[in-house]
Amino acid sequence: MSGSTRYVVGLGVTIACLAGPASADVKIAFIDPLSGGGAATGILAQKTHQFYIDAINAGGGLNGEKLELLSFDNKVNPQESLIQLKRALDDGARYVVQGNGSSVALAITDAVLKYNERNPGKEVVFLNYAAVDPALTNEKCNFWHFRFDADADMKMAAMTDVIAKDKKIRKVYLINQDYSFGKAVAVAANKMLKEKRPDIQVVGDELHPLQKVNDFSPYVAKIKAAGADTVITGNWSNDMVLLIKAGKDAGLKVEWETYYGGSPGAVTAIGEAGVDALKQVSEWHRNATPELDATVAAFTRKYPGKENEYTYWRAKTMWEMLAAAAKKAGSNDPVKVARALEGMKMQTSLGDVEMRADNHQVLQPLFVSTLARGVKYDSEDSGLGWKTDAKVDAKATALPTTCKMERPK
Amino acid sequence: MLELVTVSLLNGVVYGLLLFMLSSGLTLIFSMMGVLNFAHAAVFMLGAYLSFQFGRWVGFWPALVIAPLACALVGAAIERYGLRRVHPNGHVAEILFTFGLAYVIEEVVTMMWGRNAVANNVPAVIDFPLFTIFGSTFPAYKGLMMAISIAMFVFLYVALKKTRIGLVIQAALTHPKMVSALGHDVPGVFVLVFAVGSGLAGLAGVIGGFMLLTQPTLAHAIGPIVFVVVVVGGLGSLSGALIASMLIGILQTFAVAVDYSLLDLLRALGVAVSRTSLLHEALAVKLATAAPIVPYLLLVLMLIVRPRGLLGTRDV
Amino acid sequence: MAVGIVLVLLPHVPGLDTDFGRSLLTQMAIAAVFSLSFNLLYGQTGLLSFGHAVYFGLGAYAAIIAMRAINQGLPLPIVVVPVAGGLGGLVAGVAFGAVTTRKAGTIFALISLGVGELVYAATFMLPGLFGGEEGITASRTRAAIDLGFPLRTQLSVYYAVVVWAVFAALAMYAFTRTPVGRMCNAVRDNPERAEFVGYSTQGVRFVAFAAAGLFAGIAGGLHAINYEIVAADAVSAQWSGTVLIMAYIGGAAHFIGPVLGAVVITWLQSSLSGYTSAWLLYLGLFFIAMILFAPSGIAGLFVRHGSIVRTRAFADVLRAYALALVPLAFIASGLVLLVEMSYRLATQPELGSRMRLLWTSVDAATAWPWIAALVALVGGFLLFRLTCRPVAAAWDRAAAEAAAR
Repeated sequence: MSGSTRYVVGLGVTIACLAGPASADVKIAFIDPLSGGGAATGILAQKTHQFYIDAINAGGGLNGEKLELLSFDNKVNPQESLIQLKRALDDGARYVVQGNGSSVALAITDAVLKYNERNPGKEVVFLNYAAVDPALTNEKCNFWHFRFDADADMKMAAMTDVIAKDKKIRKVYLINQDYSFGKAVAVAANKMLKEKRPDIQVVGDELHPLQKVNDFSPYVAKIKAAGADTVITGNWSNDMVLLIKAGKDAGLKVEWETYYGGSPGAVTAIGEAGVDALKQVSEWHRNATPELDATVAAFTRKYPGKENEYTYWRAKTMWEMLAAAAKKAGSNDPVKVARALEGMKMQTSLGDVEMRADNHQVLQPLFVSTLARGVKYDSEDSGLGWKTDAKVDAKATALPTTCKMERPK
Repeated sequence: MLELVTVSLLNGVVYGLLLFMLSSGLTLIFSMMGVLNFAHAAVFMLGAYLSFQFGRWVGFWPALVIAPLACALVGAAIERYGLRRVHPNGHVAEILFTFGLAYVIEEVVTMMWGRNAVANNVPAVIDFPLFTIFGSTFPAYKGLMMAISIAMFVFLYVALKKTRIGLVIQAALTHPKMVSALGHDVPGVFVLVFAVGSGLAGLAGVIGGFMLLTQPTLAHAIGPIVFVVVVVGGLGSLSGALIASMLIGILQTFAVAVDYSLLDLLRALGVAVSRTSLLHEALAVKLATAAPIVPYLLLVLMLIVRPRGLLGTRDV
Repeated sequence: MAVGIVLVLLPHVPGLDTDFGRSLLTQMAIAAVFSLSFNLLYGQTGLLSFGHAVYFGLGAYAAIIAMRAINQGLPLPIVVVPVAGGLGGLVAGVAFGAVTTRKAGTIFALISLGVGELVYAATFMLPGLFGGEEGITASRTRAAIDLGFPLRTQLSVYYAVVVWAVFAALAMYAFTRTPVGRMCNAVRDNPERAEFVGYSTQGVRFVAFAAAGLFAGIAGGLHAINYEIVAADAVSAQWSGTVLIMAYIGGAAHFIGPVLGAVVITWLQSSLSGYTSAWLLYLGLFFIAMILFAPSGIAGLFVRHGSIVRTRAFADVLRAYALALVPLAFIASGLVLLVEMSYRLATQPELGSRMRLLWTSVDAATAWPWIAALVALVGGFLLFRLTCRPVAAAWDRAAAEAAAR
């Protein structure tokens, strides 16, 4: 054998020491950022999903089978996500869970559709717990994707309803991340503000690179120069915290209307300056109702510490609905579970929820809340916590859809 | 308008001085030893973490002294036990060594403090508005950062140009054998230079750590820009590094404030570009969106047009 | 020929006959082509580039756009998509090469770094062309003609990629044997002399740059077929760094070196990350160790051993290695214990401090595993230094014997 051939054969033998035995558990792939700019939310979400999977397993599992969570770090990159998805599928995952980054969700939903077409009998279902670009349940909808968070338009509708009632708001500045979700927020804000309060002037519409800006002071300077009294932003994780930090440093006095003002670190960053100024639209907050206490306490017992503050109520809804669907279907086969999940209704401590059959978008109550003093539970040991401004019932959050879903026979 | 310009100028100067703090150490190492130290930003990050940890144990002001010293020790160890073995293999091997080292430092930091950002908040003692300009407050810690940055420049300038050891260092770069023949300990000088450079990176990390978010990706976030500063400023030139940092800091900050694009400029000149043309998208990019590439554009242009940088005294 | 048979049979070996195994092999093939193209610049021409991913990525974008066109009806089979990739890489190589090859050495390295960051940032600024954060997706199965070879399964993708990879590798090998290829080596070794002989060093570097761009673009095209998505990651500084590590660890002085490096690094990245969250640390340490102790890479190690393998003293060398293996094992165990326990406590405290390491159960909250690890590390290191002399002595004997033949 020539020298190079020897190398190749030797390599082949070495490489062949790889094996992956399959097991009988139901494998769930969690593909989200576990490092980098989205790590804070990704890691917290991972712990939350693990918590509910443990709860299901403690209760005997789904139809007698235990669930196993396999975690993959995607650093919020669509390409990396598909690489990890391949690995997850090869490890035997039948359910994929993801949420941080609509750019990733769009890539995954497309990849899952292709995979399911090419591999009948090995279909996977995509459970999206946080990627809220409306396209995923409209023009890019597909049977295998289920979304467990209100989309950007639904949240903007709730937010603008509250803004409409506030006559003090005159000049609004939009600042968002430059990708599908951020652009969707900007489009929705422009449209809905014009419908509900045509007298409000949109004095700025900014898009900044996703998770790349270290210092938001130049943007804050622009907000000030435009004379805005309100800022609407969909920023999350580091982008939210750094924006708020820069605003506080510069003494910016605006009302912050946010989607993710509850991002880990945001309340600490703004501190007292956020009282009556920082608002968020979310499916829950700690002071929404006392019935939440048991859930939050159980989670905090397992994951103590400020960075593990319970955030993903919608994960609870997701896992309970999945468990109910598996029970109804009598099987853990993703196709059967998906059929059972469509149209499912459930009651939760915060209100009724429903998984729409026409576009696989969940309808759940939405809260618009403000950071305040003197509430029962504070956030991140700051002495400040969330207080409800308005609650929208699940059914009222529904918006028309352009989804034309193709269902498997 | 005046408000925006003034505040942007102030922000630009602050950002520029932060870049200088970071790149002063790298300039020193690169100019004096010809080593492109890819691990520099990682040492900066290490400084941020160490100042966080020491700050928790003994308070901010002692940490401000201890963390840079610790980083200087790390730098000395890197040179003495690592780079010294690699020097004979040429510049490429040195670069690659520091490249691998950057990965290792990043992972060690993760190993010790986790993947999340640590709560490296501005110490209360410097977290108050220093003054107010046009309705915007200017926090005291930014003022401290500026003071430290300028102090760094003065210290390095005096040390290199006015002291004996500085002259020895400068000579050792271009004529190491001669300097060695004159009885100076050239390898020892290299260890000193690397230690001081790393110590400066650590000091920058103390302040930078709470201006930015202290997490394992900090090095990646700020690393590339630092190279731009060093190269654009010119090798062997401290003043060049200062000018380059200010230039980049101010340019980038102002760029964000400009919402116009080349398309707008052309339109003002009466030139219309059709929507369907291939160039339309490129020309429609607002300067605010293009702000991130401004430093790299500057780098590439500088290297093509004037490889020795603004004030460089020697070619790369 | 033997190589060809091995490559055909490889995806059917048990352990590799899963989709994961075949995926891994496909990844390795793509990385090998990319790594070889990098070495056209570095090993062959002496140009260290920190931005080689630009040509890979731009080729990948060109390929995925071509794939989209095929999805929409263009009558071409998907397997010719890497041609588009190669063209994309070539055009980029020519365009950037014209301005950046004027200087070599550190300036060239810095320019390549700058161009890399520039292109990476630019992909976000032109979302219409590059798809923004979401990237561009296409389908590898939706085509008007497929030559009877639809790329439905990972196995078929593997074969398509491997055929292209072998072709690219042979083409690059041929390139190194042409006069231009030889001139590249001359320019690498002694640019002044090459000028005196009459060749323009810049011209030669430019040709090498364009060729490297072409083959990197082909690798990008294969990437587009395999993943059906191309995003800004494909031009990122991290990918540029990875290919550099691959070529260096494999051994830049030998043609096959980058292939070895690509295989080893891809395997480490894929498999090791399944066993431990500290894999990047191990990779970094491995890389540093190679730079310090084996700068000629894995291929270099093979070659050096190749010269003494037939001597009688080789048995002594092997015995000395076996002796040195014991302290090395201590060092490795100590290191692994320390690293894994630290990672567990820092990044996953909720899993508790009890873990299963090196076939034993340890509790990271107690003192004894830490002490044991430190003792193993320090003790192993001291013992290792003792074994250096017998190893060196055995080598001397073997080298002398080999030289005497």
